[in-house]
Amino acid sequence: MNGLIYAFLAVGAAFNALGAVALIRFPDVYTRIHGATKCTTFGSIFSILAVAVYGIVQGGGAGGTMAVRAFLALVFLLLTNPTGSHALARAAHRSGIKPFRAVVDRLEEAGHGPRTTDHGSQENG
Amino acid sequence: MRRVAEWTTTALLVFALYLVFSAFSGRWGLWAPEELLAGAVIALLVGLATGPLVWKRGGWRLLQPQRWFLFLVYLLGPFLYAMAKANLDVAWRVLTGRINPGIVRFNPDLKTDVGRTLLANSITLTPGTLTMDVDDVTGDFFVHWIHVTDPSPTADAVCGPFPKWARRVAE
Amino acid sequence: MIVALPFAVAGLAMLGFILVCMVRLGIGPTAADRAVALDTINTLVVATMVLLGAAFNQVVLLDVALVYALLSYVGTLYIARYLERGLS
Repeated sequence: MNGLIYAFLAVGAAFNALGAVALIRFPDVYTRIHGATKCTTFGSIFSILAVAVYGIVQGGGAGGTMAVRAFLALVFLLLTNPTGSHALARAAHRSGIKPFRAVVDRLEEAGHGPRTTDHGSQENG
Repeated sequence: MRRVAEWTTTALLVFALYLVFSAFSGRWGLWAPEELLAGAVIALLVGLATGPLVWKRGGWRLLQPQRWFLFLVYLLGPFLYAMAKANLDVAWRVLTGRINPGIVRFNPDLKTDVGRTLLANSITLTPGTLTMDVDDVTGDFFVHWIHVTDPSPTADAVCGPFPKWARRVAE
Repeated sequence: MIVALPFAVAGLAMLGFILVCMVRLGIGPTAADRAVALDTINTLVVATMVLLGAAFNQVVLLDVALVYALLSYVGTLYIARYLERGLS
């Protein structure tokens, strides 16, 4: 069981490191969101799984509580992370940031570019 | 009548979530009585406040247990595999810096909010794609693709088997 | 007191990654870049809290991590909304 915990911790740390490097290395906002969201979600899932396995191995009331809470944290991360990154990407596009060296930009063509949306309320100025 | 059904189902779901959260709080791995009381009060308040919001636009279908089973199969099967592949893909692109980005548009033909949300989140966490916007009326998805091979792709070209699974789970 | 050393080491590594993300938080050319860096840091903080909760054998830290995950999500949504249409 200890081997499994070590493996989970190592994989989690590796992918979180990759997320941080992606945040530094990629050229524009959208690609940074790609790297940061995917890698840190995956890495955090493995880190939290390691804690959950540790709690199960420990057993008893305290260990069980730890496993359950870690599992809930995992579910929340899995639900909220992609949604938040989607909101950030849409906000970046609507605030007028062009994708770096984009081949196509159908969102701009569809008229969902800066400040011409019909979602929600329109702002004044 | 419909209102009452909405309130009670939401309250029951919140209570079940609270039971998961407060497991192992009492003796013999069971629940402590004060936790049960607090859970009941919180579930009632949350159910009254948010009941009508939860079940808008075809949410009732999610109560069928075979959908939950399908969702688990999806999560542990194709989704986990695609997510692992996505991370190795991003790792390769971080190290080589080889990208060819663009925003493409396609229509996966999903009707319900839950189906669209499921597909959008799946797309964001899988190889080289990031959902940017969804047209509420037509159901068009706008996706930032890190390596564009075709400027007007079909839904299958971008996200593989996911639209099929989203339809099976949520519609 | 540290009862599980591997978790403490992993938590320290996470702190290092948070520092790397803070570079982007500082230099990011646009506001959206900084928001993305902040979102990444939030995820890493949740992971760090869970790891340290195991390292110090304190379940309270896991509860804090749960609340932090939900609140940071709301914060991200509000920052995105602000970037989209300002203070309206």
